[in-house]
Amino acid sequence: MSLFSSRAHASVKDNPALPAAPSSWQKKTSSGLSPKHQRAAIPPWLINTGSLIIMGLLVLLSLSIGVADFSWSGILHSIINHSANSDSSLLLVSRIPRTIAIILTGIAMAVAGMIIQVVLKNRFVEPSMVGATQSAALGLLIVSLLFPASALIVKMGVATITAMFGMMLFMLLIHRIPPTDFLMIPLIGIVFGGIIEAVTTFIAYQTESLQMLSVWQFGDFSAVLAGRYELLWLTGALCVLAYIIADKLTIVGLGDNIALNLGISKRQVTWLGVGMVAMMSAVVVVTVGMIPFIGLVVPNIVSRLMGDKLRRSLPAVALLGASAVLLCDIIGRSIRYPFEVPVATVFGVVGTVLFLWLLLRAPAEQ
Amino acid sequence: MFSPSKHRLINDSSTKSGSAAKSVLENGSFENDSHANTSAQSHLTQLWAFIANHPKSIAAIILLISMTLFLTLNVNGYWDFALPLRGKKLLALMVVGYAIGVSTLLFQTLTHNPILTPSLLGFDSLYVLLQSLLVFFLGAMSFTSINPIAKFTLEIVLMFGASLLLFQVLFSKSSQDLTRLILVGVIFGVLFRSLSALIARLINPDDFVVVQSASYAQFNTVNPQLLGISLFICTISAVFIWRWRYQCDVLMLGKSQAINLGINYQHLAFGLLTVIAVLVATATALVGPVTFFGLLVCALTNRIARHMYHSERLIMVSLVAMICLVLGQTVFEQVLGMAGVLSVVIELAGGLVFLILIFMTQRR
Repeated sequence: MSLFSSRAHASVKDNPALPAAPSSWQKKTSSGLSPKHQRAAIPPWLINTGSLIIMGLLVLLSLSIGVADFSWSGILHSIINHSANSDSSLLLVSRIPRTIAIILTGIAMAVAGMIIQVVLKNRFVEPSMVGATQSAALGLLIVSLLFPASALIVKMGVATITAMFGMMLFMLLIHRIPPTDFLMIPLIGIVFGGIIEAVTTFIAYQTESLQMLSVWQFGDFSAVLAGRYELLWLTGALCVLAYIIADKLTIVGLGDNIALNLGISKRQVTWLGVGMVAMMSAVVVVTVGMIPFIGLVVPNIVSRLMGDKLRRSLPAVALLGASAVLLCDIIGRSIRYPFEVPVATVFGVVGTVLFLWLLLRAPAEQ
Repeated sequence: MFSPSKHRLINDSSTKSGSAAKSVLENGSFENDSHANTSAQSHLTQLWAFIANHPKSIAAIILLISMTLFLTLNVNGYWDFALPLRGKKLLALMVVGYAIGVSTLLFQTLTHNPILTPSLLGFDSLYVLLQSLLVFFLGAMSFTSINPIAKFTLEIVLMFGASLLLFQVLFSKSSQDLTRLILVGVIFGVLFRSLSALIARLINPDDFVVVQSASYAQFNTVNPQLLGISLFICTISAVFIWRWRYQCDVLMLGKSQAINLGINYQHLAFGLLTVIAVLVATATALVGPVTFFGLLVCALTNRIARHMYHSERLIMVSLVAMICLVLGQTVFEQVLGMAGVLSVVIELAGGLVFLILIFMTQRR
């Protein structure tokens, strides 16, 4: 619970160990909240507009970077003449799909991370730390081996189911861990994910499909073209759904008693959240591969800036997630031009550094 | 055998007194239990008691058997071809087993914790990162053309410096908070791996091959040049470690107790960390990083060994690690016909052991 101290006085309310006397409670709220309030004084619309502008700039940059010859004047030309030339077709077939895929992936991973953090009431988890992405890859591998001819949507369905199953197993595992031991859960999650990954690698090794597996285990946008990313729009729809049920998720995140008092079925909302996270991870793994740490770092930064009320913070989470992936993709494309470094590699470095920073400045266990 | 009370004593030794500490080192309960039971019971329990009382000799016998199997199974008459090849591989496996097992055990003694290994805290990904950095700055040509002994010395010096730094970061700030320490270490490992991957993408393909051969756990292909050096290093380290074994026993009581009992802590810790860094570098240079293998063999050893004395456990852990590697390799290569699977299986088993250990610590 200590993790939630920075944002919601409601989590303090939730803690039965604290004195319930009104006077002390009042004092606690006012003294504990006012400095935070001043620090978080940047209004949400300003943050959102700012992130939107940053994202717009990054989109323009992302569209103009690439190996093929490309000029904006050529685009202008084709628009004026109403005729397709090489610049516009490049834009339509490769650049725009790629940029959209990046944005959708970033949004999906960041929102999925936020949902799983709220549902598990733990700041330090994300889909790849609860076994979701690894299980999705495992399911994908199995269905590809058993029924290689099945449609993409079937494969994705199987991946979603295995991702959910993996998350359920993980939740069963951590069931007995006290919520105060908030760093134990990501640690177990990392090892759990590693075990699933070892099983997957073992199967792939035995069936000589390591190469196929490496596509899913390693997030990379270089293969994205028109017609090969559209599944990602599904995650956009899921994010809209997340926004619709944002208030319910927030209430469930505040604790069991509060949810009960406010008449929210905790079980239902939790399952919905877990299902959405599983589906988002599965779609991202199927289309571009795993990109770890986005779902961890982005929600943490946003909740530091604007608290944990999901309806308010989800747009910022989505925008910042998209910007983060865009930026890392641009870095990956320009750092060794004309070659490309996969976005997962770049974010592996950036994300771990940010995560270490978060870890080392988090409060100690009580 | 790690009984719960001992377990905790190693975790937070500062609160325990000297008399309780004795029970860490004297594990009588296991023996007593088996004696009480065997007196009136069947041969099977007698046999079990014998096995339980002589774990070292039993392990040595099993190791000898697996060595013989490893050398002779499926040779089909091509002795003069198979024996030198397999002999080299056998030697490498044993060196690796010794290096990983002993370094993990010493690391657990140094950190007073039975669920830590150097590789869990990112020490061997650090080695791989150093390799990549060397290739990045020197280029593959000069990297491969350096005298192997000079290169290895350079790597070990770098490795030692870097692991000293990492050790400082990990243990100065959050030594109280074990979970955070492990998590930070694990994330450091991920960071080092990501940086190595990034460097691997930045260098040209020829250089990449050189780095990649250093960054995969492969028990099949062993660099013969390194084998001699590693053997030499292991012998030297064994001499030092054997001389420190009693001091290590005392160190297990905890830092302040050890200092009170007249151990030169700074000196010993420095020495141990050097040996650990050297052994990790050796093992990683030979086969690449393995995360949980050390944890697996140390957990096994702590269950089998009758005492917590280092004189017994150091030998046991080397034997157990060698058995795991040699027997595992024999089974997978000759019986099941799956050559490269051993490292995956070991990681899997080690990961499960790690989870079990975590849950055991958690329950109290």
